[in-house]
Amino acid sequence: MKFFALIRANLFRKKVRLLLTLGSFAVALFLFAFLAVVRDAFNRGGSVASANRLVTINRVSIIQPIPLSYRDKILRIPGVRHVTFDNWFGGVYQEEKNFFPQFVIDPENQPQVFPELVVPEDQWNAFLKDRQGAIAGAATAKRFGWKIGDRIPIKTTIYGDANTAWEFIIDGIYHGQRQEDDETQFWFQWDYFEERVPEALKGQVGWYTVQLDSPDDAVRVSKAIDAEFANSPNETKTATESAFAASWVKQFGNIEFLILVIGSVVFFTLLLVTGNTMAISVRERTGELAILKAIGFQDGSILLLVLAEALAIALLGGVLGLALAEVAIPALSNALNGMLPNLILSKSMLASGLGFALLVGAMSGLLPGIGAMRLRVVDALRRI
Amino acid sequence: MVSVNNNGNSSALIQVRGLNKTYRRGSEQIQVLQGLNLDVDQGDFVAFMGPSGSGKTTLLNLLGGLDVPTSGTVSVARDEITHMSSGKLTEWRARHVGFVFQMYNLVPVLTAYQNVELPLLLTRLSRSARRQHVEAALAIVALPDRADHFPRQLSGGQEQRVAIARAIVSDPTFLLCDEPTGDLDRKSADEIMALIEELVSKHNKTVLMVTHDPLVAARAHMVLHLEKGVLVEASKSRPNITAGGAA
Repeated sequence: MKFFALIRANLFRKKVRLLLTLGSFAVALFLFAFLAVVRDAFNRGGSVASANRLVTINRVSIIQPIPLSYRDKILRIPGVRHVTFDNWFGGVYQEEKNFFPQFVIDPENQPQVFPELVVPEDQWNAFLKDRQGAIAGAATAKRFGWKIGDRIPIKTTIYGDANTAWEFIIDGIYHGQRQEDDETQFWFQWDYFEERVPEALKGQVGWYTVQLDSPDDAVRVSKAIDAEFANSPNETKTATESAFAASWVKQFGNIEFLILVIGSVVFFTLLLVTGNTMAISVRERTGELAILKAIGFQDGSILLLVLAEALAIALLGGVLGLALAEVAIPALSNALNGMLPNLILSKSMLASGLGFALLVGAMSGLLPGIGAMRLRVVDALRRI
Repeated sequence: MVSVNNNGNSSALIQVRGLNKTYRRGSEQIQVLQGLNLDVDQGDFVAFMGPSGSGKTTLLNLLGGLDVPTSGTVSVARDEITHMSSGKLTEWRARHVGFVFQMYNLVPVLTAYQNVELPLLLTRLSRSARRQHVEAALAIVALPDRADHFPRQLSGGQEQRVAIARAIVSDPTFLLCDEPTGDLDRKSADEIMALIEELVSKHNKTVLMVTHDPLVAARAHMVLHLEKGVLVEASKSRPNITAGGAA
């Protein structure tokens, strides 16, 4: 603590350089936080997935439908507790930029299979009685200012006449039980959908979600479902919900690798910038460091002084960058309008970010610090 | 009493015996100091003079434990410093040596107070004890009202006073002054020399000083001339001090 004044004085010696270095750290940490939340958003499918849920899709592709008649056959397979089905609607609310995911749901089984997405009982009962009823996620309802009873027109882009809007009535709002649960979805009745789609698409669903008695049955039941429909016109592919989420992410490319590459570039660039700054800063002070050694500062103390300075810069810059991220990421998440799951900057990400900043700070101060530590007083004084 | 001829035991505060220092420049060996003997007692004020390259600063560096001799020994208050490890030597310097340099070498981003406090940061003194010491040192150099000034806000003479306060604040065994007036005008140089004389006479400090200036050297108790690494002459600058011979 008694060295605080010395460290602080050295820190603020060149204010412009300090600001630029803090800026480098802040930008890098902001980017770190952004990459971390994007990675988390892409991987969240796996982490929020229930261990006892399977997803069954058409073996050809998820955009190929599968018959509704499969439901009863799946339900008969031992180990299956509930089956529900969904269809992707892909409609446009007012303008295309107002994107949010819309699903045709099976009201009978939805609450049993997805218990983490909760609708108040009275609202759910109203929904069940309302053919045009819809349930909106809390985030989407908030985004558009929807209330119970509002009429929501959505134009279809896949099913039927694109100029005709389908009208829905908001009967309820669902909330996720966990922070990472997606609250942007919009659900509506299967019967309403079925009555309005072209004849050729009737009786077809997008995918089934199967709830198991036990996660231990996942492999056996998956195989049994796919075997049941083998050699049929609509063969199926069944996987655990987390595997399904992972394969969904893979469609976007190797996000993990991309983030790793960008992160590495940021890390090494920051290391070079701050390492160079610290080296220059220490070289400028060769004479002063020599004096400190002359009057009795040990080599280790000199190293610690340089490291403390580097760590202080890293900490300040890191906190600044993460604070910016804390403000900007929720705004960014809103601006993405459900294109990605919620961008959540968690405490563990903030802690990792600070750890990352301190690691770069320590590494950038280490070499100049060792140089200062090894400085020969006589040589340094001769140069003054 | 200062002596340059003694090569046996003595009770002097500083004892230098057979001191050699050789530098290597490429394949060439340059002998800077050749078999120096020197005894300096507590309260002595010694000036070293000599042409550039004669080894004055090298001698000061060896006496202050900033450099190690090629051979020979330096003992201060019976501690032989020439065989100390680097860490021990640093610790020893903090306790026993006060340095004053020609260019003052204050830390520009610290105030006068903070510069003077630097050596005390290495001690176990409390904050209030450190404050007492710093204020006393600044009072001795007559700069108590400049404690909050940064070096750039001080004149050269004042900067050197702060440097002297820094040198004496931890009450070292002796002071090493390398051209303390070399960067000052005559008036400021006189003030600095008066201050150093006061440290010797009033506070019984032992001072070893390198200078090129005969007028400055004349204010020391004893002037020693170094030529090509050898103490060739010892002249008395004050009537009550005798040069040479065993102490």
